[in-house]
Amino acid sequence: MTYSHSTPPVGGETAVDESDPRVDDASPEATVPSDYGLQPVKLLIGVLGVAATLWVMMNLFLAFAYHPEWFFDSKILMGTLGLVVGVGGAAVLFWFINVAIEALPRKLEHGLVPYAFLIPGFSLMALTLFYPTIQSIHYSFANRDSTEYVGLQNYRELFSEGAFWSAVLNNVLWIAIVPAVTVALGVVVAVLADKLSASSEKWAKSFIFMPMAISFVAASAIWLTTIYAYQPPGAAQTGALNAIVQQFGGTPQSWLSIDTARLNSLLLMVILVWLQTGFAMVLLSSAIKGVPEDTIEAARIDGASEWQIFWQVIIPQILGTIITVFITVVILVLKVFDIVYVLTNGRDNTNVIANMFFNEMFARGQAGRATAIVVILLIAVIPILIFQVKQFREQEATR
Amino acid sequence: MSSTTVDDRSTTVTPPKTRGAGRLKDGRQRSPVAMVVMLLLVLLWITPTLGLLVTSFRTRDAAATSGWWEALWAGGWTTTNYSRVIEQADLGTAFLNGILVAVPATIIPIMFAAFAAYAFTFMDFKGKDVLFIVIVAVMVVPIQAAFQPLLDVLGPRGLGISGQYLAVWLLHTGFGMPLCIYILRNYMSSLPFSIVESARIDGCSNFQIFWKLIAPMSMPAIAAFATLQFLWVWNDLLIAKLFLTNDNTTVIVKLQQLLGTQGQGAELLTAGAFISIVLPMIVFFVLQNFLVRGMTSGAVKG
Repeated sequence: MTYSHSTPPVGGETAVDESDPRVDDASPEATVPSDYGLQPVKLLIGVLGVAATLWVMMNLFLAFAYHPEWFFDSKILMGTLGLVVGVGGAAVLFWFINVAIEALPRKLEHGLVPYAFLIPGFSLMALTLFYPTIQSIHYSFANRDSTEYVGLQNYRELFSEGAFWSAVLNNVLWIAIVPAVTVALGVVVAVLADKLSASSEKWAKSFIFMPMAISFVAASAIWLTTIYAYQPPGAAQTGALNAIVQQFGGTPQSWLSIDTARLNSLLLMVILVWLQTGFAMVLLSSAIKGVPEDTIEAARIDGASEWQIFWQVIIPQILGTIITVFITVVILVLKVFDIVYVLTNGRDNTNVIANMFFNEMFARGQAGRATAIVVILLIAVIPILIFQVKQFREQEATR
Repeated sequence: MSSTTVDDRSTTVTPPKTRGAGRLKDGRQRSPVAMVVMLLLVLLWITPTLGLLVTSFRTRDAAATSGWWEALWAGGWTTTNYSRVIEQADLGTAFLNGILVAVPATIIPIMFAAFAAYAFTFMDFKGKDVLFIVIVAVMVVPIQAAFQPLLDVLGPRGLGISGQYLAVWLLHTGFGMPLCIYILRNYMSSLPFSIVESARIDGCSNFQIFWKLIAPMSMPAIAAFATLQFLWVWNDLLIAKLFLTNDNTTVIVKLQQLLGTQGQGAELLTAGAFISIVLPMIVFFVLQNFLVRGMTSGAVKG
């Protein structure tokens, strides 16, 4: 990955640009045909172009928000224009950046190009991720509308509330159960699918994978109406779970309000497992297919049973993927929100951190407490973050 | 897909006598256990969705007095749930909003991320490793961390664009950026470096190399990210709920509101849920291969 500093061979651009007076300077770089040294006019065009593009883009975008009447209040027109301005504007922006950079002496150009290509993307991340995250930490030491510092009061309040610890406990349960179950089911499905004929494997995997496309909200609606629905005892049950219970002589329950042994939380977890198993299966299946056939064959010749082959040959070779999938689901579960919010909104001891955050911020307008919750979530993420970075480093080393 | 080609070959090569009833076309042992268990799992997995589809075509009374599995003989079929939910919950507008939010929010980040990924892959510069590790790290950070300050920056106290498409485009562009850079860089680093090298020797600028060579070659990865991002934006509840006014909001937020008023609109809820699933389902079945590639190359997202 070395950046080539070699200059183009003579012949590519033999004619020296006559309009550029700087070529007359007897600097060593000037002898190279394609390096014109500093070209002030081109630089000016580039810089002005960048500024103009940014100005036009920003104003056009803001006009969508401030003056929808200029666009005949047409959403479709604004959406289409937004797409065109966003994509086209970005292209023009990078083109002008390139012009400006090319106008610099070759050495400086090589040094600056990478940063010029990174700056637009990183600015967007700075605006939407870096700055707000740091500001959130800042706000967590302030009052409900972030106008006055209150020190550690938000944290002290949270730590002294039973509701907070109940939410933490639920999050711990989610993390302990969902990733493990998802990965286990994913492995089972991947292994079994591998034993089917090619076309049935494709279909079976498609169906298990399909919930990936369904939103958490729609999934909650699906499970609420078809599985967990409750009708009074004696009436015909419309939820599958209660229908089965009633069939066997039991009393129908309003499942999502039963917090004995956190049953309702467990039932919410089922929905997430249903959504995520396909994801786990897809990654694990490709890992299993990557296990060399001869290692399995060798074990078979040595007289190992299928069960032993699975545990002692296949599992060790897909362990890396198992960990990746596990961590990914952990990250997802850590901030699980939608399912809890739409189905119980934290009632009956089902609350989780992310839902608590949302209610503090959105319903109660408590900026200080909301951001304090977020900071706790951030701290919880740190070990995973370190692990991910380490993992990435190892990957790069073997690249 | 290599397994299919292996399949074809073995059918022609294998003599018919070895293709007994207990074997698959490619000569592997047929596994009844796997077939039965998989069939059960598949049924289990699609049943809830099928139940919803059935319920959405039943009248309120029928759906409340008999299970959806009894629909075939209990009857009570209707299509009015769909027309009513589109009318009452304004789902038509919400559907359009969803598209107008999701399409730009899917495509715009690609432009910005692709240039950054190009720099990370084909150039050497100071701080490259650190900056890329920042990308890897940011993918893990929960986006909730950004909300409160963003409400101030974009809201009436700041830019005053909160509630408009613009705010949500901006947020999804920023939030999708790390994953997009990550996926594209992973893909680009599998491209032969010599192409870039020789283009440089021919005197092409980086802009030209990117535009004419690398961007077209990266199309599979771009499509992979686009598929993931589209599903993510379309299915998102949090950002849409916080940063869109009720006129501009998406189907998912409408659906959440229907869930909130459960009881009065149970029959509308099912129809609304199904409407919200249709488009991502189509995207899913058409672009499944890209989706798989997107996930295998960068699974995490804040």
